[in-house]
Amino acid sequence: MTDYNRYIRQMILPGFGADTQQKLAEAKVLIVGMGGLGCPVLQYLAGAGVGTIGIMDADQVSLSNLHRQLLYDESDIGQLKVTVAAQKIKKLNAGIQIVEYSYRLTKENAFSIIDLYDWVVDATDNFGAKYLINDVCVLLNKTWIYGAVNGYEGQVAVLNNRRIPGPVHYRHLFPVQPLHNEFASCEETGVIGVLPGIIGTMQAAEAIKLITGLGDTIKQSLHNYHYLSGRWYEIALTANPKTPIIDESFFYKTNYETACMNEADELEDIDINEIDVRQLLDIQKRPGHFILDVRELHEYPRVDFVHAQIPMSVLKESLDQLPQQPIYIICHQGIRSVYAAQYIKLHKGVETYSIKGGLTAYFNTVNNE
Amino acid sequence: MGIKVLFFGSVTDITLVTEMSLELCADTDALVKELLSRFPALGNKKYFLALNQQVVHENCPLKQGDTIALMPPYSGG
Repeated sequence: MTDYNRYIRQMILPGFGADTQQKLAEAKVLIVGMGGLGCPVLQYLAGAGVGTIGIMDADQVSLSNLHRQLLYDESDIGQLKVTVAAQKIKKLNAGIQIVEYSYRLTKENAFSIIDLYDWVVDATDNFGAKYLINDVCVLLNKTWIYGAVNGYEGQVAVLNNRRIPGPVHYRHLFPVQPLHNEFASCEETGVIGVLPGIIGTMQAAEAIKLITGLGDTIKQSLHNYHYLSGRWYEIALTANPKTPIIDESFFYKTNYETACMNEADELEDIDINEIDVRQLLDIQKRPGHFILDVRELHEYPRVDFVHAQIPMSVLKESLDQLPQQPIYIICHQGIRSVYAAQYIKLHKGVETYSIKGGLTAYFNTVNNE
Repeated sequence: MGIKVLFFGSVTDITLVTEMSLELCADTDALVKELLSRFPALGNKKYFLALNQQVVHENCPLKQGDTIALMPPYSGG
C-alpha cells in the first residue's frame, strides 16, 4: 500500500497500471559512471521504482563536480561517489536495492557484471568504456543506452536493442575507437551543468520506456541536442552491413584501455619532455623561443605569449606552419599537449616540450606570484 | 537551392560553422570530397553521414534541397 501511494502519480497515467509498476520493480539496471549523466539517471530510475540498480564509478566527489552532479554536496568531497550516491538514494527510496561497484569497468570484469543486469546505461566519460560497454552488450545480447556530451551538445541513443533483429550498435556508427587524444574531454573543453542533466534525464526516460514497454521502444535513432540553439536533431539509424562481426576473439584482441590505432603505438615510443610553468617562465625570458597553443579556436582565455595557435583538430595538416626549432606546447590542462609534443617530434624531427598542467597551472602560478 | 550541410560537435572545431550551403554534388562521395578540399582536417575526423536525417553507410545520389549531416561521437559525461 505504501508503494501504491509512492507511485500513484505515475500509475494513474493511461497505459501505466500496477503491472507496469511491477515491471519496474523487477528490472535490473546497471549505470556505468556516476558523474554528470549518472546522477540524474540514478535519481529518476530510483524515483520511478526500478527494483535493482547497480552503480559503478571509481572516482571520489570533487568540488568541480558540484555544478553538475547535484546528487552530491560539499560535505561529500573526497568520498567515493558510489558510497555517497547509495546513501542518498536509500533516503529517496528505501524499497529498492542499490549495488555499489567502486571501481572501473574493465575488460576483465565487464562480462560478469553486465551479465547480472537487464539493461545498461552508459554514463561514462571516455571512449574506451563506451566501446567496452558496446562490445560486451553485443556479445551478451543486452540493450544499452548511450549518452554523451561535447561542449554545448549532447547525444542519446538506444543501442543494440534486443527487441529488434540485427539491431544497430555503436560500431555501426563509429567502427573504430578514436585515439585518446583525438577528442578533448569535458575536463578540457568544459561543460555546463544542465546539459548532462538533460541528456541523463533523457537516458532515464528511454530506460523507463524500455523496461515498461510503453511508447515507441523499437525506433532506432540518435538524438542530438544543441543547448545554445535549443534544437534536437534526430537521425534514423540502420545497421551497417560492413561492420566487422563482434565475437569473442574480436573482444579479446581489442585494447579498450588506450586507443587502438597503430599511430598510438608508434607515438608511445616517443619520449615526452615535460616542463613545468616555472621553467616556461624562464624560457620566456630567452629570445627566439617558440610557444605553440594547441587548444581549439573557441577555447578561452586567449593568451598573448604564444607564437602560434594550431588547434589539435588541424595539427596533422599544419606541421609546415611550424618552425624547425624546439617547440614548447601548451593546452588547457597539459593532456593534449603531450600528444601534440609526441606527434610533432615524430613527424617534424624537432625537440618538443609539453607544459605540465597547461594554462590552468600557468594562471595558478602567475596569479600566485 | 543546392545542398545544406550541418556540422555537429567537434566537427565544428574544424569547420567553425554549424551549417553551410554547397552547390549540388552528384552523390555523397563527391560531397565529402568537396568538404575535404575545404577542410582537409576532416580527413582525420571520425563521424558518420546522414542524408535527410537518415544514416548512410554507402555512396548515395543527391538531389537539390537535400540535407547532409556530419555527426561525430561525443565522449563527455
